[in-house]
Amino acid sequence: MKVNILLFGQLTDITGEDSFVMEDIFDTDSMAIFLQKNYPALINTKYLIAVDKKIIATNTLLPDNCTVALLPPFSGG
Amino acid sequence: MKSENTTYERYQRQMILKEFGEAGQQKLSQSKVLVIGAGGLGCPALQYLAAAGVGTIGIVDDDIVAISNLHRQPLYSTFDIGFSKAATAKSHLTKLNPDIQLIAYNERLTTQNALTIIEKFDIIIDGTDNFASRYLVNDACVLLNKILVYGAVSQFEGQVAVFNYQNRNGDAAVNYRDLFPTPLKDGEILNCAEAGVLGILPGIIGTMLANETIKLITGIGKPLINTLLTYNALNNRMYEISLSANAITQSLIPNNKAAFEAMNYEWLCSSGNARFEIDIATFNQLQNLPLVKIIDVRELNEQPLPTGFDFTKIPLSQIKEQAASIKDETVILFCQSGKRSLQAAEWLFDKFGESKKIYSLKGGILNWINHSSTQ
Repeated sequence: MKVNILLFGQLTDITGEDSFVMEDIFDTDSMAIFLQKNYPALINTKYLIAVDKKIIATNTLLPDNCTVALLPPFSGG
Repeated sequence: MKSENTTYERYQRQMILKEFGEAGQQKLSQSKVLVIGAGGLGCPALQYLAAAGVGTIGIVDDDIVAISNLHRQPLYSTFDIGFSKAATAKSHLTKLNPDIQLIAYNERLTTQNALTIIEKFDIIIDGTDNFASRYLVNDACVLLNKILVYGAVSQFEGQVAVFNYQNRNGDAAVNYRDLFPTPLKDGEILNCAEAGVLGILPGIIGTMLANETIKLITGIGKPLINTLLTYNALNNRMYEISLSANAITQSLIPNNKAAFEAMNYEWLCSSGNARFEIDIATFNQLQNLPLVKIIDVRELNEQPLPTGFDFTKIPLSQIKEQAASIKDETVILFCQSGKRSLQAAEWLFDKFGESKKIYSLKGGILNWINHSSTQ
C-alpha cells in the first residue's frame, strides 16, 4: 500500500521536498495526522487536499498507488 | 479615425483563425471585463485584453506606481512612479488601443462600492494581492452571479481557475470558498512583499487570466471551469485538479446586498490578536448596541467589578462547556489584563466561526477602569 504525496507552494518549505511516498496510510485523515507529527508546522497551515486530481472535503479512503496533492492558498498578485 | 478597415487590420491575425473569426471579434468588442487590481497579474491581463479588442474594460486599483512594482508590472514606466495605477494603466492602454472603452476606478474595492462596480461587467478578473479582497470579490461575484477568473501567485508558483460559471448541465458552480471555505488570515500565508515573487511569474499567470477570459467570451477551447491549475515556473510542472461545490459554502456567503455590505473582510482576514481585540473606545461604543453580550471570563470571585454596563460571568475554565448558552450575535469578552479573554475569543471563534462577532477587550478591565476614572 503506497501513496504518492505532492506538495505545492510554501508547503515545500515545511517538508523540504515537493514529493515523497508514504506507506500504509489508508485515508486522508490519518495521512494528515501522520504528516503533522512529522512536520508540526503543518498544524497551523491551511491547504486543500486532492486525491487523484479531485478535490475532497471529507475523510477519503486512499486507493493503492494513488496521488494525494496538498495545495496551499496563494494570495499574491 | 476608426474605420472598418483599420479594425480589420488591427485584429486580422486572430480573425483569420477559423475557430475565432469575425464572430469571435464581434463577441470581444461587445464584452465588458473588469480587472480588479492593476498589479502583477492585472497589468498583463489588461494589456492583452485591450490589445485583443475587449470592448469595455474596467480597472480597479487605489494604489500608486512604486519602483518596486516595475520588475513585474512592465505596463508602467519609471516616469509613472507616484501616479495612480488605474489612471496610468488607462492612459497607456488607450495608446495601445484607442478603439475600446477604458474605465479607471481609482478606489479601493470595498463592500460599499463592489456590487455597484461589478454589476456593470460580464466577467471579473481577480488580480488582487490579499485574502480580504479575494473573499470580498468572490462573495460579490456569487451574489451577482458573475463569472470570476481567478489568479494568484506565490514565489515561483501560480494558480488559475474559473469560478461561478453556470454550465448547461446544471452542475453547481464552484467558487473560491469551495477551496478554502473560511477566510485566511493574511499573516498565515506570506504575500509578495514578504515571500518574494519572480517578476515574470505574474506575467505568465496574468496572461493566462486574459486567455481564459477570451476563451470564455468567444466560446472557444476549454476554459478552466471548476478546475484549479497550478503552474510552477521553476520546473514547468502544471497540475490540474477538478473542483466540486462544497455543501457548507453557500451558508458562508452573504445572500443579499445588505448582508454583503455588513461584512468586514478586513477583520475576517486580519491575523492574530488584531482579529479579536478592541480598544476602550470601541468597547464603549459596542456595549450600547442591541444583541450584545458582555462576558467576564475571570473566576467568580475576582475583583474589581466594573460598573456602568451589564455583563455575565462565565470563567474561562467553563467557557467551552457554556458556549451553547450564548445566543447573542455579538460577544465581548473581558478579563483582568486581556489575555484570558483573548484565549476565550479564540475558543468561541472555533465554535461559532463567522456566525457571531467576537471581541476581546484589549488591556483588560483594569485598563478600562483606570481609563474611565481619568475621564
